[in-house]
Amino acid sequence: MSILLFAESQQGKLKKGSTELSSYGFALAKQQNTTFTIVTINCEDADQLANYGASKLINLKMETKHFEAHAYATALAEIATKEDAKIILIGSSADAKYMGGILAGKLQAGYVTNVVGLPTSNDPLTVKRSVFSNKAFANTTLAGAINIIGLSNNVHEEISQDSSTTVEQQDVQTTAKCTQASLEQSEGKATIADADVVVSGGRGLKGPENWGLIEDLADVLGAATACSKPVSDMGWRPHSEHVGQTGKPVATNLYIAVGISGAIQHLAGVNASKIKVVINTDPEAPFFKAADYGIVGDAFEVLPKLTEKLKARA
Amino acid sequence: MNQPTYYELYKLLCTHNNLKIFFIFVFHLFLMKILVCISCVPDTTSKINFKENDTVFDDQGVQFVINPNDEFGLTRAIWFKEKVGAFVDVLHVGQASADPTLRKALAIGADKAIRIDTPALDAFVVADQISNYLQANPYDLIIAGRESIDYNGSMVPGLVAAKCDIAFVNTCVQLEIDGSTATATREMDGGMEVLSVDLPLIIGSQKGLVEENDLRIPNMRGIMQARQKPLEVVTAVESLAKSAIQNFEKPAPKAAVKLIPADDIDQLIDLLQNEAKVL
Ligand SMILES: Cc1cc2nc3c(=O)[nH]c(=O)nc-3n(C[C@H](O)[C@H](O)[C@H](O)COP(=O)(O)OP(=O)(O)OC[C@H]3O[C@@H](n4cnc5c(N)ncnc54)[C@H](O)[C@@H]3O)c2cc1C
Ligand SMILES: Nc1ncnc2c1ncn2[C@@H]1O[C@H](COP(=O)(O)O)[C@@H](O)[C@H]1O
Repeated sequence: MSILLFAESQQGKLKKGSTELSSYGFALAKQQNTTFTIVTINCEDADQLANYGASKLINLKMETKHFEAHAYATALAEIATKEDAKIILIGSSADAKYMGGILAGKLQAGYVTNVVGLPTSNDPLTVKRSVFSNKAFANTTLAGAINIIGLSNNVHEEISQDSSTTVEQQDVQTTAKCTQASLEQSEGKATIADADVVVSGGRGLKGPENWGLIEDLADVLGAATACSKPVSDMGWRPHSEHVGQTGKPVATNLYIAVGISGAIQHLAGVNASKIKVVINTDPEAPFFKAADYGIVGDAFEVLPKLTEKLKARA
Repeated sequence: MNQPTYYELYKLLCTHNNLKIFFIFVFHLFLMKILVCISCVPDTTSKINFKENDTVFDDQGVQFVINPNDEFGLTRAIWFKEKVGAFVDVLHVGQASADPTLRKALAIGADKAIRIDTPALDAFVVADQISNYLQANPYDLIIAGRESIDYNGSMVPGLVAAKCDIAFVNTCVQLEIDGSTATATREMDGGMEVLSVDLPLIIGSQKGLVEENDLRIPNMRGIMQARQKPLEVVTAVESLAKSAIQNFEKPAPKAAVKLIPADDIDQLIDLLQNEAKVL
């Protein structure tokens, strides 16, 4: 019995969520009275995870340089079998959710996504996961001989541990099913998936020409930019920025909604964020019921002032 | 005038009733076959409540619709049908209560609906049923959604891909098919990736695959035609669930919003920094 944790990396560097996942891994191993092993793939700075309490850290060297779901799933299935893993821990990134189903299928493993905390019981293994786009939680039991837990973002505290983690390298051969023809990646910009702060604009901003206001605020905060559905439908912003029930989910520390009314479908997708701030001219806008802090005011006056003050503070 | 597409040619030839059977046979040999997997979910405006001691979703007064992610995929499938020629079947694993939703899929252009008659206990049961169906009924392209918006599993297409050992492209926002290869654009965190992959392929579709205003509303003609189209009910194979929901919980009620005057931005910054500790 052991726990295997897959820490993602991108272009050789660990992704941001890997420390939270490792902290969860340690707590889980303690709870299950066992040890845990961290696996990385083509990662150059895996040793950064050496002080999170894992007994072992295995970096797999694979020929495919970039993420390829089938190859990754095959490699992880192999190592999980070799390490006799009973629980596999993965994150909630687009890549993790892409690969998770394939991995579960290969291992005939039980699998749950969007898990929000440590198991509430061990026999049977029971976890709480978020369902209905954050409108409810489901306490779910898992009955696989192996089970995969997909952890939501931003649900577990990051705690490092003094540990004697050994680091190994292993070569793996796997075959990919997809060939990458091209890749377009925004360099150095925070993404909705892993930013601590997301600044989001709605129809209240009147038009794409005003998005400088959103971008300026995002810049001082190191935040990612997002938008409501109609804003992307009208082509003011790319679809990739659409957040909500039918867009991207947001589970960040701070979500700032500007000129967004707070329709049920929008809130469903952003409610998992810790602190929500709304700026809206209409005090009756439903977003005020879901937010922690609110300003009843005109975005065109409030945003420049807020950006200015934050800049002065920095 | 453009050259007629295979589909137009097919439609034209099929008006000759005695030739129809023959041509359906011939076209089956070289038209792409697409299967769209559909989950029926509560309409996005539904109130989420539970009954029987919070163990069962309360569907009283809830309207069920085609899962939005599946609807984007279905719309792209119908686009293929009309532009290059394809057979589009829709499949649902579940009970008869889903039949009206399947009829809607037929009304907006699918050719045939299949319902595998068993409660969709969890993603593993659903994936087992779909995979089993695919073994006996091969398709070139299988379209599922990135996730169903009720249980948010994001599991079914990956499970099917592994079980059938076929390629899978998730969060697919663009899809072109040329012969036996597909070019699919995948949205990832902070970027896009274009993948080239051989058919058969399963995709996880989402918004972007088609535009919002490409979505179709069934018209009278479509609804009438849908009544004539086949809805096959297939017996399920045995399969075991690997997960079970014990009970549901609602999130704790939120404290009231703290309102800050629009001319006191300093206060907002102070609260975010010292109270919420997020700056
Ligand atoms: C099936 C379905 C799925 C959906 N999924 C999503 C989803 O995933 N995400 C999503 O966002 N929506 C979704 N929607 C749409 C949703 O119902 C709303 O229509 C949408 O969220 C509204 O966007 P908005 O708040 O930008 O615009 P509006 O509702 O028009 O709100 C604009 C707001 O701006 C305020 N405002 C105006 N001027 C100013 C100003 N100068 N300064 C400050 N505030 C100002 C107004 O008071 C108003 O509250 C979905 C709808 C359906 C039917
Ligand atoms: N009961 C079902 N019948 C057919 N397809 C389903 C069913 N449940 C889920 N799917 C498909 O799998 C996708 C992902 O669902 P899920 O894994 O439940 O989030 C959905 O968008 C559907 O395409």
